[in-house]
Order: sequence, then structure tokens, then C-alpha cells
Amino acid sequence: MTALTVARRGLLVLGLPAVLFTVWWFATAGSTDFYFPPLATILESFGKVWTAERLLSDVVPSLLRLAAGYLLAVVVGVGLGLVVGMRRAVRDVLEPVLELFRAIPPPVLIPVIMLFAGIGDTMKVLVIVSGCMWPILLNTVEGVRAVDEVLGDTCRSYGITGVARLRHLVLRAASPQIVTGMRQALSIGIILMVISEMFAASNGLGFTIVQFQRSFAIPEMWSGVLLLGILGFLLSLLFRFAENRVLAWYHGLRRAQRNP
Amino acid sequence: MTSPGLTPVLAEPAGTDSGPGGAPARRGPLPVAVLRGLAGLAGLVAVLEVLPHTGLVSADYLPPASETVRTLGTLLAEPAFWTALGDTLTGWGLGLAVAVVAGVVAGVVIGSVPVLRAVTASTIEFLRPIPSVALIPVAVLLYGTDLRSKLLLVVYASFWQVIVQVLAGMQDVDPVAEDTARSYLLGTWGRVRHVLWPTALPYVMTGVRLAATVALILTITAELVIGAPGLGHEIAVAQVSGAVPEVYALVLVTGLLGVAVNLAARAVERRALHWHQSVRTEVTA
Repeated sequence: MTALTVARRGLLVLGLPAVLFTVWWFATAGSTDFYFPPLATILESFGKVWTAERLLSDVVPSLLRLAAGYLLAVVVGVGLGLVVGMRRAVRDVLEPVLELFRAIPPPVLIPVIMLFAGIGDTMKVLVIVSGCMWPILLNTVEGVRAVDEVLGDTCRSYGITGVARLRHLVLRAASPQIVTGMRQALSIGIILMVISEMFAASNGLGFTIVQFQRSFAIPEMWSGVLLLGILGFLLSLLFRFAENRVLAWYHGLRRAQRNP
Repeated sequence: MTSPGLTPVLAEPAGTDSGPGGAPARRGPLPVAVLRGLAGLAGLVAVLEVLPHTGLVSADYLPPASETVRTLGTLLAEPAFWTALGDTLTGWGLGLAVAVVAGVVAGVVIGSVPVLRAVTASTIEFLRPIPSVALIPVAVLLYGTDLRSKLLLVVYASFWQVIVQVLAGMQDVDPVAEDTARSYLLGTWGRVRHVLWPTALPYVMTGVRLAATVALILTITAELVIGAPGLGHEIAVAQVSGAVPEVYALVLVTGLLGVAVNLAARAVERRALHWHQSVRTEVTA
């Protein structure tokens, strides 16, 4: 019985991907189309191109820049968000400015940041920070703003103030919103990681893929697209794992509220 | 206000309108907030104006605000600017429209057939986080700087925003309403029209709003990186030719465009959901 349900689940989860993969495999099997090489060829070049050496020289620097920019954006975004969210006057003053900054499509800041920071690692990290910061910042502001008033009053009457209040009340209460912002920021961060490297770089995933495309190394290019896809998927998986740990209390609360 | 929704979990209204948390935000008289906001904007302009004059930042990198505005004025007089703006808006609008229609249709079909939903779930979860910029090289090879390469990126990125929200909305259907519809012998179409669609509409609107923003980002990215005609391309050209004030002026334009898209999407959302709890309570508050 249980074996059957497991098999059923496995079929549901893996069925369609397997079908799509097979279709792709056979549809392109004898392909002579220059732009759509057979999947077999792509996979073969995947193994050849993305060796350990290549991963170390191109993928790791990209990921390190992403990590640096993303973490910096989280720190700055949450920090500023707390300040802005807790003071009504500050929020009123800054809100239109922040809305404007958030509305600027992040990639257009690359030319501007290149003016200041050249084309090195600093530029790429700054680009990622400048794009990832706004969703985190604005969501933190919203989260801080929506802290339950009764809880706030309770904390006050128990004399919980300062850092303790920040840690146990404000950050906790705002964390579901902050995580939402962080999730938005992650996908923006990946986009910016790739694009900043397409602009000007000497290594990195985006750089390598564009290099393949410009030299018409089509199977290699496809393998890069594939790798980027896998990377995006893995990062979102990692994020969900972290979220489920950090927000376990929140999801549990929601479940309890839904089925009392 | 800015964020309900990327995740189905947080998109549900239960968290937002429970208890007294949300209401007091608008307690103060509105004009004060507006005045403060204007002061904030004025402060930003002042800082941008003064910084280059103090020498802290070279005026070569950050032209004074007055110069940026002057450049913007001359840009506005040029037909080339309006052509570029038109190109950008065309790519954005077309891409968004295709993504919304495709997302809603696919979402409703998948969402109303449980088997389809179970079978496609893993595929959607896998395809959704794939960064659309991964498709840039493919788009360049296939379509060059054509409008189609822009559309490929825009549609891919926005489609997932819509379909995920539609699916979340379809799942949220009240079982009692569903059973009632069944016992009144509503057909499949009738149930979709009168039960599923009204339930899903708030989610759809959230999806459309998110997709509108994402579509603009991807349109301009495509122009910037691929060189398809539009505002992004103008920025790239200005940057390469060292026309710094123009870069800033164009960046400002894209920002204003983003604000306009945001406001328009919210207005559409309000209109479409004027009957819905979340909008009604917001109006009375």
C-alpha cells in the first residue's frame, strides 16, 4: 500500500519532466539545425565544458559576488528598514524617494555604478546590492509597520525595550515579510549577477556564456544556459529550506489558524 | 501594501486584515504625510545638486541635479527619445499581455483539473526559478536585436508570476461555495465563471501587478544588454559615448516609468477588485 503511494508520488513528480526530457532528446536527436543541436551533444559538451577547473574559475567567483552582494543588501535593507519602519516621520519623508529608487529597473544602474566603481568585482557587488536592497528594505518597513499593537504594548509594560524589543518583538514579527523581500531579492540578485558579467568581466558565468554565444559555440552555450537554470533552481531550493527552518513557527501558526 | 503576494502563503488576506494592526497607519491627517514626502523628494534633489559642487563626488560621475534635469528637457524635445520610449512600451505591453493571457489560461486549465495540477507541479517548480537572463544568448542568436528577442525574455519572466498566482488562487476556493454550485447543478463552465474566477481574481491581480514590474525590468534589460531599440539601448549608447548627464536623465526616466507602471497596476487592481474585502476595507479606513 505504502509502496504503491510512493510509486504514485514518484510518477507524479518525475513523470512530466521525464516526458519533456525524452521529447527534447528525440525531437533534436538527428537535428542538423545549427542553433538547436541534439540534446546528446549539449550534455556531452556540458561534461566537457563545466569541469572542476572551470567551475572554480568561473562559477565560484560569480557565486561569491552574488553572496557578498546579497548579504550586504540584507544587512543594509533590514537595518534601514527597521529605522524607517519604526519612525513614522522618517517613513513619511523617505517613502516617495524609496518608491522611486525601487521603481528604477536595477540593470540600468550598471552604467551608473560603472562610472564610480570601474568594472571590477566592486562594481558587480555594488550592482547586486543596489538591486537587491529595495525589496528587502520596503518589505521590512511594511513588516515593522504591521507589528501587532497589543504585542507592542505588552512588551512596553513588561519593560522590554531597546535591543531586546528589537530582537524579540520587531524583527520576529516582521520576519515573514522580510523573508518575502529576501525571496524577491534573490531572483533579482541572480539576474544582476549574470548581467553585470555580460557587461564587463574577465570571468564569471555570464561572461563565459556570452563568450560562447559570440564565438558561435552553440552546444557549449546551451550547456551554460542549462547550468544557469540548474543554479537558479538549486538556489531557490536552498532558500526554501532556510525559510522553512527560520519561519517554522510562522507556518505552523498559519496552519493552526486555518484548521482550528 | 507594497508586497502582498510573491508567495502564495503570504498572499492570502488572512494575515493582513486580522485584528487592529493595519488600521492606525493612516491615523494622521494625510496632508502632513504628503508634505513630508515632498520634503523628502526635495531633499534628494538638494543632495544631488550639492554633492558634485562640494567636490566629494566628481561632477564627471555625478552631474548636479539641475544639469540632469536640463538634459532631460533637451531629450524630451528630441523625436528619437519618444521613439525609444515607444519601443520600450511596445515591448513591455505586448510581452505583458501575452504573459498574462497565457498565464491565466494555463493556470485555469491546470488548476481546475486536479490530475493536471499534480502532474505539472514539479515541472513548474523547476522552470520557475530559472533566471530569464539565461535566455539572453539564445534570444540573441535566434532573433538578434529584434522585438521578438525582447518578447522572449519578457514573456518567460512574467508568465511564471501570473501562473503561480492563478494556481494559488484556484486552490483557495471555498469548499462550501464549490459544493453549493455543484448542488445547484452548475456546469464546469458555470463553476469556473461564478466560483473559481471570483476567488482567483485577487490572486490574478497580484500576479499581474508583479508581472508588470518584472516585464518592465526585462524589457529594459533586453535593450541594455542585447541592444534592441528602446530606452535601455539609449542608456547603453549614452554610457559608451561618455554622455554622463544623459545616462542619469534616462535612468530617471526609467524610474518614473517604473513608478507609473506601479501606480497603473494598483489602479487596475482596485478597479477590478472594487467588490473585494481587501479593497472595500481600505477605502473606508
